[in-house]
Amino acid sequence: MMVEVSSTLLFIAFVAYLVATFLFGGAVKGSSSKASKSFERWGKLAITVTIIGFVSNIGYFITRWIAAGHAPVSNLFEFTTAFGMLVVGAFILIYFIYRIPALGLFALPIAIIIIGYASMFPREITPLIPALKSYWLTVHVITAALGEAILAISAVAGLIYLLKNIDMTKKSKSRFWIEAVMYVVVLVLGFIAATTTFTLADYKVEFNYVNKEEQVLTMEYNVPPIFGMNESEAITENAMQPLMEMPPLVNAKKLSVVTWSVIFGTVLYILLRLIFRKRIASVLQPFTKKVNSQFMDEIGYRSVLIGFPVFTLGALIFAMIWAHEAWSRFWGWDPKEVWALITWLFYAAFLHLRLSKGWEGKKSAWLALIGFIIIMFNLIAVNLIIAGLHSYA
Amino acid sequence: MDKIVCTCGNVNPAGTLLCESCGRPLNKETEDKKLVDMRYEGSARRSQTYNKTIIDKVWNFFSSVKVGVWLIIIILVAASIGTILPQVFYVPATSEVDIAAYYERIYGTFGTLYYELGLSDLYSSWWFQALVGMLGISLIIASLDRVIPLYKSLKKQKTKRHFSFLKRQRIYGIGNIENGEESIKKAEEKLKTMRYNVKREGNALLAERGRFSRWGPYVNHLGLILFLFGVMLRALPGFYVDETMWLREGERLYIPETNGYFLESKEFIYETYSKEESEEVYGDAIDRVGVIAKNYQTNVALYKGPEGAVAGHLEDLTFEKEAAIQVNKPLKFDNFSVFQMDFRLDELASMTFQLQDKETAESFGEFTINLSDPQPVYELSNGSKVEILDYYADFTGFEEGVPQSQSPLPNNPAFLVKMYTPEFPNGETSFVMIKETLEPLGENKHKIAFQSVETRDVSGLTIRKDLTLPILMLGGLIFMIGVAQGSYWNHRRIWIQQLEDGQVVIAAHTNKNWLSILRDMDTVSELANLPKYEDQQDEDSKADKEEGV
Repeated sequence: MMVEVSSTLLFIAFVAYLVATFLFGGAVKGSSSKASKSFERWGKLAITVTIIGFVSNIGYFITRWIAAGHAPVSNLFEFTTAFGMLVVGAFILIYFIYRIPALGLFALPIAIIIIGYASMFPREITPLIPALKSYWLTVHVITAALGEAILAISAVAGLIYLLKNIDMTKKSKSRFWIEAVMYVVVLVLGFIAATTTFTLADYKVEFNYVNKEEQVLTMEYNVPPIFGMNESEAITENAMQPLMEMPPLVNAKKLSVVTWSVIFGTVLYILLRLIFRKRIASVLQPFTKKVNSQFMDEIGYRSVLIGFPVFTLGALIFAMIWAHEAWSRFWGWDPKEVWALITWLFYAAFLHLRLSKGWEGKKSAWLALIGFIIIMFNLIAVNLIIAGLHSYA
Repeated sequence: MDKIVCTCGNVNPAGTLLCESCGRPLNKETEDKKLVDMRYEGSARRSQTYNKTIIDKVWNFFSSVKVGVWLIIIILVAASIGTILPQVFYVPATSEVDIAAYYERIYGTFGTLYYELGLSDLYSSWWFQALVGMLGISLIIASLDRVIPLYKSLKKQKTKRHFSFLKRQRIYGIGNIENGEESIKKAEEKLKTMRYNVKREGNALLAERGRFSRWGPYVNHLGLILFLFGVMLRALPGFYVDETMWLREGERLYIPETNGYFLESKEFIYETYSKEESEEVYGDAIDRVGVIAKNYQTNVALYKGPEGAVAGHLEDLTFEKEAAIQVNKPLKFDNFSVFQMDFRLDELASMTFQLQDKETAESFGEFTINLSDPQPVYELSNGSKVEILDYYADFTGFEEGVPQSQSPLPNNPAFLVKMYTPEFPNGETSFVMIKETLEPLGENKHKIAFQSVETRDVSGLTIRKDLTLPILMLGGLIFMIGVAQGSYWNHRRIWIQQLEDGQVVIAAHTNKNWLSILRDMDTVSELANLPKYEDQQDEDSKADKEEGV
């Protein structure tokens, strides 16, 4: 019962964010000052819908917490969803300081994609394994995710700054790389599209394979196997034969999923280019026209300033205290720990470059984007590719 | 080196860019800039003043933020390389040979290369630790190099600044207003209500707030230095203990390194989630994943022996307490913590045999071998006995006729025994294994028949003492205070001055958060009717104004 209420609330939040994105689009579009009153109204409506969505999102969080009996941050779906929710929360906070609608136009889609990405993973409520049974789960994970969410806003501000200030008419490195960022975002959409397509088609094939310890195991594919596991043999009748077999070190199932995501994403990207007949970055650029670069730069810096201490507290200090209780040592060079340290060092470098080397504007914006990539790497790749103590999902 | 005497009469240390007192640019380069660089208030830092001796050069190297950032980047990249493959301490092998073999077997040529380059133990390599050490030195020197001159110049700053300083501030405005003196007076009162610290000097005003946020970076660096110092202390004897022990149910063992503590395992408990207890909520997850662990727990009793008691001396123990050690709930006593880390279920504890006549199955009596403490002889009824000649706890086979045991754990016990019966007073030799018996010295009339077995669980525990923790916690706390101080507050200054020609100048600086200081100024300006000002760095607003939007 509670579980169903919880799912419904998440869906409402998701839809509200979508609607709010379009409303923010309305608030940003147009350039004449005469209509500014009407745009203000659009902006007010947009933030109201965002807040409704956020409240519903928190409702999802609380009801799921009650149903599960523990904070819903214990697997990949739950954590990523919470992260998406906190990105919206951080956006609302920053919006009330600076009141720049363009920020919503870019922050909300990113939150939507994050939540969409999250829902591609198993969504059932999992009971806590002994290592996770601690109130530090709640404290550490929520604080760390909040820190990362605030830091993500700096990447949103950086993105807006770059879209506004990169000359899209001339060929340049900046123009290439900003489009590369757009392409990667489309690839994430490709992952969602591919996973959804094959899930709806109820695609399922099973193979036996030999792992690196020379044991025979079974692997279930939910996408057509482009790559086969080591010495794989189909169990399912009439299963598609893998085009290529991988050595035991490679998880060919995940590789197939990635490849399908790239295929779907690339097709989607090409379609978008054909429809707009422009680079994606150029399509988005007009939405940033009214934005004040100086303020965007300050928002980018300020969200790092607000987020960095929260991140340090949650992802390093609380993490160390808990690690000492659960694993007997406060630091063990587990990949997730190392990547949290890398994230922290990166933002420390960001702050030093800004304060002492005067890296403001474009340089600072690029750094904010790279920081977000590191955070997402720690969230996605470290859990899915690099095995460690944190791979619970 | 020479001191620099400013036109205003203030004597500045060599290397100063902006006069500490009135703010005049002190060299051509600074004078040529449209905006002054307000970092460290243009004060003279040691690193920019001296560059003669080796000490100067080392100091200058480590005081550079550029060097610091490079160190951060190098450490960051190195740390990421260490996550490509698992580090040695996560690899299920202990000897160098096994570890090397593991990397080759699992990861092929790349694994071998990774191992050979030492990347598999990167974080304890000398060069990685050297890098962290250098970053620590950089933290200390770079902070000292800046904090002292910054403190001096903020303390010395005058309310009345020279015009050349004011016009080079990012926020700046000048103009004629009706009643300058009264405007400044009004501004003074308003700024005071806005929690600014306001100073007056003739027709000049300086409003300042949040200066303490300037010390944030130095406070957080101090915290980091303390933290690194705490980590270094671990290398000293007595500060740090990291031991493991395997404790069987019913066993009472000395806890390594604890100086007289003993631990007895009453019971090990392993629980998994069942669908019955929470079908509705967890059912799907259990269906998908299979078995999900719920609890690992060792119920123990802690004893203390007399001072200096060591392993094996179980006399005179005093009972201290009973406890349940669970994951996330270590047993704590006397600076030590004992953690539930691992377990083995159903290890063989004892085996019961019967001495029998092979054909008639006539029994000569039963005996039970405690596998952790086998007796040399088991006396049976009517003068029969069994002598244990040799015990192989983890029997793996024969090598050149000699039985082999690969570990002292009773995973596959085997015994070389001699059976004495009234019929064979000199004994018959037999080699007894699970489910099988060999008769190395010819056929026997009697045999050892297996009857039953008892098992018990083994708990893997980690014993830890870390006296550096309070130092690390303090370092972390100071870091958090410093980083909050520097991030959540900012240092704002507003200068208002009436020049001799009657014009009023207004200028402002903040180390961050320009929107807020502009809002502050708007509030004051509206009330006190001050001249218009603008952010000289804001190109977009200027462009907007030119377009007439």
